[in-house]
Amino acid sequence: MIMRSTIALAMMAVCAAGCGETAQTAGTAKKDDAKAWAGSQSSNVAEGWKQGDKDSWEAQMRLRVQAQNEYSRSAAAAPPPKTP
Amino acid sequence: MARMKFICDAERCIECNGCVTACKAEHDVPWGVNRRRVVTLNDGVPGEKSISVACMHCSDAPCMAVCPVDCFYRTDEGVVLHDKDVCIGCGYCSYACPFGAPQFPTNGAFGLRGKMDKCTFCAGGPEANGSDAEYEKYGRNRLSEGKLPACAEMCATKALLGGDGDVVADIFRNRVLLRGKGSEVWGWGTAYGKPTQGTKS
Repeated sequence: MIMRSTIALAMMAVCAAGCGETAQTAGTAKKDDAKAWAGSQSSNVAEGWKQGDKDSWEAQMRLRVQAQNEYSRSAAAAPPPKTP
Repeated sequence: MARMKFICDAERCIECNGCVTACKAEHDVPWGVNRRRVVTLNDGVPGEKSISVACMHCSDAPCMAVCPVDCFYRTDEGVVLHDKDVCIGCGYCSYACPFGAPQFPTNGAFGLRGKMDKCTFCAGGPEANGSDAEYEKYGRNRLSEGKLPACAEMCATKALLGGDGDVVADIFRNRVLLRGKGSEVWGWGTAYGKPTQGTKS
């Protein structure tokens, strides 16, 4: 009797074993990315533009990239004016 | 909308590796992964040329074409990014990329290859802009902070330019027109003057 119930319990355990497995679907879909102009949760956001305003962000990018242009940063380094 | 691009001026790059250091510090990039590297041709020979290389955010990116799980995407600004939750670390992108941009962190003693990591143009990933989750996987998202990539902004000689492709191309073109090209840019003439200068009359 004990033997039979043990075998029955073991059979039930084997049958239920698959229920505990987690799904193994291949990958997930790519997540949608927020726009850069939407702003950031960071506290290090540069000043001079309004978060969430696309035009403001684009103006900030144009301003920022000119900081890499020493010809526009320094009057001494500016090219001489063209004579007509 | 701007198309974000990098340009490296080989005449100005002095191989200081400041861009590499800025990138690693800004994004807390793990040991063994270099999103940006400085490559030098004819090292030690007069006239050697160095250039800073990272992901070039190709308009027709081969990494995107070969990815079997389609984890790459392109932002409105033309920045090529990827979703690390989808990446399976197969390495196809590293074989396809002509610049060696995709990097794979090794975890543990047996060289287990992790998920791909590469330059994000400081634009983070698909997680919320500036969130801890984004920083953990992709590093800082400077674009959403109104800034440009740290490597370009911190370049001491301004050899590395980053930003709207049309604007950085104009900056570079203006620079080349003013300084000239060829032997007058580097060499004896630049250092000591032309043969006609400084001669006794």
